[in-house]
Amino acid sequence: MAEIPKEKLLWMYETMVKIREHEERVAELFAQGKIPGFVHLYIGEEAVATGVMAHLRKEDFITSTHRGHGHFIAKGGNIKASMAELFGKATGICKGKGGSMHIADLDVGELGANGIVGGGIPHAVGAALGIKLNGLDNVAVAFFGDGASNQQNFHEAINLAAIWKLPVVFVCENNLYQISLPYSKQQAIKSVAERAAAYGIPGVSVDGQDVFAVYEVAKEAIERARNGEGPTLIEAKTYRFRGHFEGDPQIYRSKEEVEWWKKNKDPIVLFEKTVLEKGLLTEEELDTIRERVKREIEESIKFAEESPWPKPEEVLEDVFSTPTKGVLVWQW
Amino acid sequence: MAVVREITFAEALNEALDYEMSKDPKVVVMGEDVGRYGGIFGVTKGLIEKYGEERVRDTPIAESGFIGTGVGAAASGLLRPVVELMFIDFLGVAYDQIYNQAAKMRYMFGGKAKIPIVIRTVSGAGASAAAQHSQSLHALFIHVPGLKVVYPSTPYDAKGLLISSIEDDDPVIFIEHKMLYGIKGPVPEDPYSIPLGEADVKKEGKDVTVVATALMVHRALEVANKLEEEGISVEVIDPRTLVPLDEETILNSIKKTGRLVVVDEAYPRCSFATDIAALAVNKAFDNLKAPVKLVTAPATPVPFSPALEKEWMPSTEKIEKAIRDVL
Repeated sequence: MAEIPKEKLLWMYETMVKIREHEERVAELFAQGKIPGFVHLYIGEEAVATGVMAHLRKEDFITSTHRGHGHFIAKGGNIKASMAELFGKATGICKGKGGSMHIADLDVGELGANGIVGGGIPHAVGAALGIKLNGLDNVAVAFFGDGASNQQNFHEAINLAAIWKLPVVFVCENNLYQISLPYSKQQAIKSVAERAAAYGIPGVSVDGQDVFAVYEVAKEAIERARNGEGPTLIEAKTYRFRGHFEGDPQIYRSKEEVEWWKKNKDPIVLFEKTVLEKGLLTEEELDTIRERVKREIEESIKFAEESPWPKPEEVLEDVFSTPTKGVLVWQW
Repeated sequence: MAVVREITFAEALNEALDYEMSKDPKVVVMGEDVGRYGGIFGVTKGLIEKYGEERVRDTPIAESGFIGTGVGAAASGLLRPVVELMFIDFLGVAYDQIYNQAAKMRYMFGGKAKIPIVIRTVSGAGASAAAQHSQSLHALFIHVPGLKVVYPSTPYDAKGLLISSIEDDDPVIFIEHKMLYGIKGPVPEDPYSIPLGEADVKKEGKDVTVVATALMVHRALEVANKLEEEGISVEVIDPRTLVPLDEETILNSIKKTGRLVVVDEAYPRCSFATDIAALAVNKAFDNLKAPVKLVTAPATPVPFSPALEKEWMPSTEKIEKAIRDVL
């Protein structure tokens, strides 16, 4: 940890706080009825996206999940536009056509959140294939959950990446619940990382609440990928502090369990404790960041609230990119 | 002067792939047995020798994984993959990547993504390949917004349409009827493209319009030529691309003849045939002089025995009867 540059430490803190602040405000706005649809919040898992993304460049790719706001923010996605998207506004990053589960910012290599569990994993492999065939030294990272690691796409994609030695890192965010089903009832193995052995690639399990630990394993995996040594499977053991979705009654876990995690394993609190104890950052530096983040999130909400709705005729736009003579978008 | 010679449907497709690979290093071919084996119907023959294992990739049997990989590669902007789904019947294990991913990404991302992937696949009965290797499932693609669907009937169309499909920035499902791979037809040696969304009038006529797809175009033409001897003039239209659909050419023909028969090998309900019938009723009802007739397979799985399969497929006899019925 000592070798993490101060600039990077400040970025890590800002990123985690930004995700937390974003998600807490989104929870409130959703409860007020200002955000339509479903939202799945990333609160509690901030250290995973942050520890991994600390090693990524703008040109690197990620694929994300239905719980994708944290990945989006950590990859440097446009927060004003994403907040407007959550509101369904015309200024949204997807012009109001994607919403929370499809937040994407192709300009920063965020190939999209995905409403289909495991659906995005092969896309990261595809981006990695493109990187390899173009002779680039970029990487692609697939984020997914413990539930997705039981899916066909996980196994097929990881096998392809392994045989083709592609520059891709698979990051399983094992938050211990596949909606309501606890991890112990989904899989007979102790760690998702064990599955790597079946594909002949390294698998490593890490404490996903400890951003420094995630940073270390991600560093190694991403370096391996960049050096042409092939994929790695990382399991980050983490915990979602909120329900699966906002409004989830959470009858499948006890309040005591949730409180224990909040009290003992909050990644932001753990980070603050460490950097202050070791004298790496000061209270003032942390305060400054928190203030700045609050302002930034408030500005994004103001932007979203003041933005116009999409025009009705836009419903027919953006299906295809290449026009043709024949009828493409059918209406009787 | 352009050289035109007789080559097979499979060879025509191979020429299109070869041309696109030679022209654009981003074009890669992926799928089961597309490399050394040259594809189970020989369409990718010789490509691995010419372009190497990196660009002609044999995949494990993992359709969802490698089609999804193609989708990601296309979305990244780094490649233009041509992915082979060995039989259209295997769609079930990979459908999510096609209808939920490839087809929707552009729209869901507000028009930002381009997904230049071509999924080539093999369709159709007639080879005693039984129920899991013989289906005509193109309606499953037509049904989903965001996919372009191409279904050619001649070697000439196959080459020109595959070139257009690979150069298109949208996901294209390119369907090849397995009974057509061996048919020969005139094909220019030089590359050329046929725009997506343009139907071809395979035979002009004035008494009845027959809209037919792929193998059925040939059966419809056989019947049309036979009836011509009796003085019955049949116009045969091959849409060639099912999405986008050349509505104009079809409607103009119906307006001219006043009669419509649709011949399609797929199952009867919620099908391409019912779609064209609905189009005629919606937009050319006043021109119709007789009820629209549909000639399709029955709603059963495809049987194995040649005796049963022959009965299952739309035959020239059934097509002829349908034409006589509307006259």
